[in-house]
Amino acid sequence: MSFLKITSAHKAYRTPEGAMVHALNDVSLDIRNNEFLTLLGPSGCGKTTLLKCISGFEDIDSGEISLEGKDLKGVPAHRRPFNTVFQNYALFPHLNIADNVGYGLDVAKVAKKKRNIRVEEALELVGLSGFGSREPNQLSGGQQQRVALARSLILRPRVLLLDEPLSALDRKMRENMQIELKLLQDSVGITFVFVTHDQEEALAMSDRIAVISDGKVQQVASPTEVYDEPANEFVANFVGTSNIFTGRIFEKQGNIVTIETANQRKVQAESDRFGIGDHVQLILRPEHLKFTPGGNGIPDNCIEGVVETCIFVGSDLHLHVDVGKGRKAVVHHRHDRGNADEKIEAGSQVTLYYSPRAAHLIKAMAN
Amino acid sequence: MAGSGAILARKRRTLILLLAPLTLMLSVFFLIPLSIMVIYSFLEPGLYGGVEWNWYPYNYGRILGWPLNDFETFEVIYLKIFLNSAQIAVMTVIVTFLLSYPAAFWVSRMTGARKNMALFLITLPFFANMLVRIYAWLLLLRPTGFFNTILQSTGLIAEPLNLLFTNFSVIIGMVYILTPFMFLPIYASVEKLDYSLVRASQDLGANPIQTFRRVILPLTAPGIIGGSVIVFIPALGNFIVPAFLGGSKVQMTGNLIERSFLQSRDWPFGAALALLIMAFVVILVMFQISRQNRAAERGIA
Repeated sequence: MSFLKITSAHKAYRTPEGAMVHALNDVSLDIRNNEFLTLLGPSGCGKTTLLKCISGFEDIDSGEISLEGKDLKGVPAHRRPFNTVFQNYALFPHLNIADNVGYGLDVAKVAKKKRNIRVEEALELVGLSGFGSREPNQLSGGQQQRVALARSLILRPRVLLLDEPLSALDRKMRENMQIELKLLQDSVGITFVFVTHDQEEALAMSDRIAVISDGKVQQVASPTEVYDEPANEFVANFVGTSNIFTGRIFEKQGNIVTIETANQRKVQAESDRFGIGDHVQLILRPEHLKFTPGGNGIPDNCIEGVVETCIFVGSDLHLHVDVGKGRKAVVHHRHDRGNADEKIEAGSQVTLYYSPRAAHLIKAMAN
Repeated sequence: MAGSGAILARKRRTLILLLAPLTLMLSVFFLIPLSIMVIYSFLEPGLYGGVEWNWYPYNYGRILGWPLNDFETFEVIYLKIFLNSAQIAVMTVIVTFLLSYPAAFWVSRMTGARKNMALFLITLPFFANMLVRIYAWLLLLRPTGFFNTILQSTGLIAEPLNLLFTNFSVIIGMVYILTPFMFLPIYASVEKLDYSLVRASQDLGANPIQTFRRVILPLTAPGIIGGSVIVFIPALGNFIVPAFLGGSKVQMTGNLIERSFLQSRDWPFGAALALLIMAFVVILVMFQISRQNRAAERGIA
C-alpha cells in the first residue's frame, strides 16, 4: 500500500488583481514511508502550497491526498498525523523552551511526568539538553530551529513537513544543519517532506527530489538521477547549470549518435533511446566540458571558442566561453594549483571537448 | 572611554531637555494641586466653603469609620456608593471588552482603505460633544423614548420599561463613551499577533478552543489589560453619565465628589473622597505594573 499519496491535485487562486493562478496543476506524487523527499522549485512554483495542502491548512480544489489509502479530505490540520517546521520557526514567545516543546503533549493532555520525560528526550535529540527553562528570544537562529524540530518530532508524526526551515540561517550554519537533519531523519525513521528553492540543499539531503515548476511536477528521482539525467530543459537549468545544444540526429554508430545543431555544429552523445532523425537536446554539465588552450591535439567533437570571462571561485575556475553566433558555453574547471595551462584570461582562444558518455539527451520540445 | 562618557553625558542632557516641558507642566498643574488636595483633606471645612486651618482627619472617618469625633459620624452609604461605582466600572470593562475583542480581530483582517475607514469610524464619536451624546441616550431610553415606543407598538410590552435612571442605563452610557478606549489597545495587540503561531498551534494538534486559550489569549493579554485599566479608571470617577442617565437613583463617587465641592461646599470631604478613589486606582495599577514587570523579566533574563 502506498504511504502518502497525492493524486492529480489541483489548486487555483485568484490574485487580488483578479487573475487566476494555478498553484497546483495536476500534481501526483507518491511519497514513500521513511524517505527524505524534497520539493524543489523556484519561488511561486507551488511547492509551499502543496505542503499546506498536505498539512491541512489549505484544501485542494480537486484530486486526492491520502495516507495509507485513507482520504484526508475534510480532516482539519490539528487532526492530521503530520507536523510542520515553519520557515520562521513560529516558536511561542510567551512560553519557555520546555513548554514550547511540550505544547503538543499539553494539548493532548499527556500526564505531567511522562510529558516532562519526553520533553527532555526531545531536547536531547536535537542537542539542547538543559535549555528547557530559557526563553525563545534568548536562543540563536540555529537553536530556535532545533527547538522547532524538537517541538514537532516529540509528537512522533507520520510525516514531518519542513517549509524552507534553513533559509533564515547563515551559510555555515545551514550546511551543518543539512547534515544534522539528514542524520536525524535516519535515526527517527520518520518521513520528511522538505521544501526548498536551494538546489544544493536538495541534492545534499534528499533520498528523492521532486522538481516542481508552474504547479507541475517536472521530475521525481534520486539526486544523482535528477542531476545526471534531467527529465527536461527546466530541470536541467534549475538543478545545476547546463549547456544545452538543440538539433537533429543524423548519424548513429553503435550507441554513439551525432547531432547537427541549427548552426551546423556537430556534437556527439551516447544514447540507446534515440535514433536517426529525432529532434533532441543535448545536456552537458559544465564540469564535463574540458578545454585545451589554443588548438593542439584536438579530439573528436570539439568546440572552439573565445573565453569571455574567467571567474575564480576557490575550488573551481568558471569560464564563460563564446562559441560563436551568440551562444555561450559554461565550463567548470577544477582548480589545479601551479598548472601553467590555467593561465586563462578573457580573450584567450580555447578548444572545448567532452566525452560523449557525459552528455545526456532529452527529447526536444516541439515548437 | 572618555569619548563614550561624553556621549553618555550628551544623551543625558538631551533626555533632560526633552522631558523638561512635560515635567514642568505636570508639576505645576498636577503635583501642586494634588498637594493642595492632600492638605485640604486633613483640614476642617469652612462654614461657607473653603477651609479652617485646623488638623481634622475626621473627613476620612466619615467614609472609612475611623477616626471620628463628636460632630462627624460614619455613614456606610459612602462605601456602598463606592462599591456600586466599582461594580458599574467593572461591568463597563466587561461589556466594552466583549464588544471590542471580536471587532479588533475583524478590523485587523481588513485591507487598506477599509481598515482605515473602520478605525476612523471607531474614533468618530469623539468628534461630537459628549453632553450631546449622553443626552441622546436620555431621549432614547426614557419611558416615551425610542426603545419603549418601538417595543410597545410591536406589542412586546404592555407598558414602558423602566430603562432610565438604573445601573443599566448608566452602564450603557459608560460603554458608549469608553468603548474606543478599550478597542484601540486591544486592536494594537491583535494587529501584532503573528498568525503563524496560530497555525503552529493547530499543527501541533490544538483544536480551535485550545489555540485560543493557549496562544491567542495570552498573546493579546497586554492589550486587554491596558484597555481594561484605561476604561476602568474613568468609569470609576465619571460623574456626567450617572448625572444624566442615573438621575438621583444611581449615585457614583463622581457625583458625590461633585456634590461635596459644588453643592454642600465641603471641600475637605470632597478631597478625601477623591484621594481615596485615587489611592485605590493607584494600588490597582501598581499591582498590574509589577505583574507585567515580572512577565517581562521572564522574557529577558
